[in-house]
Amino acid sequence: MQLSNRSNRLLRPPKPWFVYMSLFIGLLLNYVPFGRHPGIPDWTALVLVFWCIREPQYIGMGIGFFLGILVDIGHGTPMGQYALAYVVLAYIANGLARRVMWFPSLLQALHVLPMLLVAQALMAGVRVFAGEEFPEWNYFLSSIVGAALWLPLTYLLLLPQFQPVDRDENRPI
Amino acid sequence: MPVSNFQTHPVFRRGVSPKVRLLIYITVCVVMLVADLRFNYMESVRGYLFTAALPVRTVASESAKLLGNATEHFSSLTDLQEENVRLRQHKLEGTERLLRFDELVQENAKLRELLGMRKKTPAKSIAVEVLYNVPDSSSRKVILDQGKKAGITHGLAVVDADGLLGQVTRVYPSQSEVTLITDRNQAVPVQVMRNGLRGVMFGTGQGLHTLSDVSKRWQQAVQSDIGPGSLELRFVLANADIKPDDILVTSGLDGVFLPGLPVATVENVDREAGAFAHVTCRPLGGVEKSLRVLVLGRSELPPPPPRPETGDPPPPPVLPRARQAEGRD
Repeated sequence: MQLSNRSNRLLRPPKPWFVYMSLFIGLLLNYVPFGRHPGIPDWTALVLVFWCIREPQYIGMGIGFFLGILVDIGHGTPMGQYALAYVVLAYIANGLARRVMWFPSLLQALHVLPMLLVAQALMAGVRVFAGEEFPEWNYFLSSIVGAALWLPLTYLLLLPQFQPVDRDENRPI
Repeated sequence: MPVSNFQTHPVFRRGVSPKVRLLIYITVCVVMLVADLRFNYMESVRGYLFTAALPVRTVASESAKLLGNATEHFSSLTDLQEENVRLRQHKLEGTERLLRFDELVQENAKLRELLGMRKKTPAKSIAVEVLYNVPDSSSRKVILDQGKKAGITHGLAVVDADGLLGQVTRVYPSQSEVTLITDRNQAVPVQVMRNGLRGVMFGTGQGLHTLSDVSKRWQQAVQSDIGPGSLELRFVLANADIKPDDILVTSGLDGVFLPGLPVATVENVDREAGAFAHVTCRPLGGVEKSLRVLVLGRSELPPPPPRPETGDPPPPPVLPRARQAEGRD
């Protein structure tokens, strides 16, 4: 485990409970009623992409589907809208994981942006299928904000893995 | 580079290939979407899962409420004083009308008795609070803090002090979802108060500012610019007697809403549009602003329409879902 495949520093492997807890917190943030402002990132999608890229062997379409259903319920959207988007998102992220890991964080964000945009476009497509109009451009602001948060998110979610193997009481991290 | 999954050596192959799994998941999702959107098969499943996710949602909405209370706490004193003055004035106006109301109710009952008319169906009302806007940008819906346990049922009207806000469209055990009248799929049968001209009002889903229940101050700031063109009255003939500033009230013809609830004022009438006039309206109630609202309904169902011996039977009362479908066509 490294920060990226070019990094020399070896990280500890992630703890499964931390991975699932971060996904759960993402879900919780999706449930927080921020109102209908554009540009609120889709937290669950962001955390899901992160783990799909870091741990493609464990986190993938199944988890994406499950989380998508839960978000659909919380948002009152047609059942399957978020699930569909997250499944496709997880598939793309898993597929590109080996490539993305060779880039530094900022270039990783550039890879993540189109993935999030594809997911959002799929959701917009579902809404059009449901008989609504295609949303305005600022609907896609959410993906851009999400990609901008990629760098801080990387460090936040990898924080436990930066811990040294031998715990030093004077240096917790 | 093509999006191809990490190819493992056949020796290490684990289960079905990712492409096949993707196809399976997409099929499941599409089936669910069609079942939900076209046939409404998913409502019971959604109800169970909604209840199961209640603790998670409670944690989320409580944290948001905490934030809202904090902003309220720091809202300036003058705002509160202004609000206080406004409320006092409102109350004074209301008291005068209330004093006469009891007398009028009795008089009405007596007159109806004299005329041998059927008594008006009594109403029931439940006071509830709006928890939050549904965070879905393409619909105008809010979640209320009461549900089936408090006696809320599917199809009831939701009002505030000034007029109709929307209709209950989904009921969960302890919460319920209201589709606001500004939603694109919401229709309300109305009539012009002045002359009884009937029409059907639809939301346009636009023209309203996006508000969150977290920031009440922001709501007050944009209160004045709420919505030109946020509602429209359809199927009114171009030569009909309707003009700006007419007040529209519910007609009660659907058998769902109580008759006479104020809904909107006419803002603009364009008679050049074709056979039907293009009538835009502005909601009277604080749609997307009011946080304390009343759920109103008939405490008993109206009697079924009489069955004629000959000719076509009258259409059954239009249910909300059916009306939505009509609106789409």
